[in-house]
Formats: sequence, structure tokens, C-alpha cells
Amino acid sequence: MDVAKTVDATGQKCPMPILMTAKAAKELQEGEVMLIIATDAGARSDVPAWVTQTGNELVESSEEGDVLKFYVRKK
Amino acid sequence: MSDATTGEEMMTIIAFSGDLDKLWPTTILASTAAANGMDVTVFATFWGLFPLVKDGEKIGHDAMTKMLAGMNPPGFTKAKLSKMNMAGMGRSMMRKVAAKNNLMPPEELFEMCLDMGVKVWPCQMTMDLLGIRADQMLPGLGDPAGAATALARMAKSEINLFI
Repeated sequence: MDVAKTVDATGQKCPMPILMTAKAAKELQEGEVMLIIATDAGARSDVPAWVTQTGNELVESSEEGDVLKFYVRKK
Repeated sequence: MSDATTGEEMMTIIAFSGDLDKLWPTTILASTAAANGMDVTVFATFWGLFPLVKDGEKIGHDAMTKMLAGMNPPGFTKAKLSKMNMAGMGRSMMRKVAAKNNLMPPEELFEMCLDMGVKVWPCQMTMDLLGIRADQMLPGLGDPAGAATALARMAKSEINLFI
């Protein structure tokens, strides 16, 4: 998967992962994918909620230890 | 002032409290709603005006309002905890805990709100009542407004909060 942009929100607490994600999404072209990396456990539900609310697409997500990864395609 | 809406979902927060622990939910929800693509307005009234005053501004138009401002100094950094403030010790502990846990202080979250297009409208009536002039308030705020303006937005908002 081509990742056009990576949002590294490691160590950031709510609401920063979402604010950083929203900011990055503005710079993406339609169809491009961004990777969001977060360690705030709240991001597990917050990122998918943001994706739904903004009409984007969650392509894939994974979890390794405390590290959450989300691949989001801009619609 | 323009009350044009953008056709997006709307959220309006009546920010009544100037307490530090309530400024967090106000700024977190407002910035996140903006990140969600919502059209967000924060209508600041009564104690909620105090954080929006620039540091070091002397507010109050008579002895009583000056005394009130003396007991409750304006500015984000002066905001007290709603409980267990303990003459500022609680506030300083809470700020340390927040910093240690990477939670942004409300003044920075507030800056993010403005960056993300959150509209902040101070209440004209309480500004007059408490002796706060528009030029004493932080840059980036909207024009002072009244209850009818706030209600017009609330009537159109999917989410309305009183904090």
C-alpha cells in the first residue's frame, strides 16, 4: 500500500491524534492513503469514529503492543 | 457579524465556566468537533469570559467589578480548579499531571481551536457587566454577541453543550 503521509502521534493524548489526523487529511489528495500511528488507547475507537464522521475510509488497522496503526484513505 | 452556516453539522458550546478543569472539555470537544468537519461555535459568557482576557489586563469598571477581577484574575493561566483548588496548589498539581501525561494545556488547545476554525463569540452583556472591553480579549475572537445570536445557532446545532 502506498502511504502518501504518515501521522506520528506516538505519546500524544486525546485529542491530539485526531487533531493531527485532521490536519494531515487536509493535505492529502482524494484516494491517497495516510498512516496514523498512535499509542493513546483512546485512539483505538477515536480514529475509526473520526473516519466515519468525516466520510473517509479505514483501509486497515493493526495493533502491536501499545502501538496502534491505522491506514486511512481520503475520500 | 455573519451568521451564515456552511451546511455542515453544527455544535454550539455555551462556555459559562472559567474553571481550569472545565476548560479542558470545552477546548477538547470544540477542537475535535472541528476536526470532524463540524461547524463549531463557542459562546463565552460570565466566568467563561475570564480565560479569554489577555494576560495582565486590568478589567472591571468600578470598585466591585475590579475587586471581583482581583479575586478571580483573568487569563487562561490563572484559571482555578472547580474543586480542590487549595489556593492554587490544586491547579498547579493538575497542570503538572497534565504535562506529565502529554495532555496539552487548555490555552494551547484553545489556539488549536482557533486554527481549526472554531468561532468564539464573547457575550456582550456579561462583558459590559464585568467591565471587559473587546480590546482586552485575545486576538482571533469573533465580535461580541447576545443571547438571540447564540440561540439562533443553537436552534440549528445538532449538539449543544453548556459547560
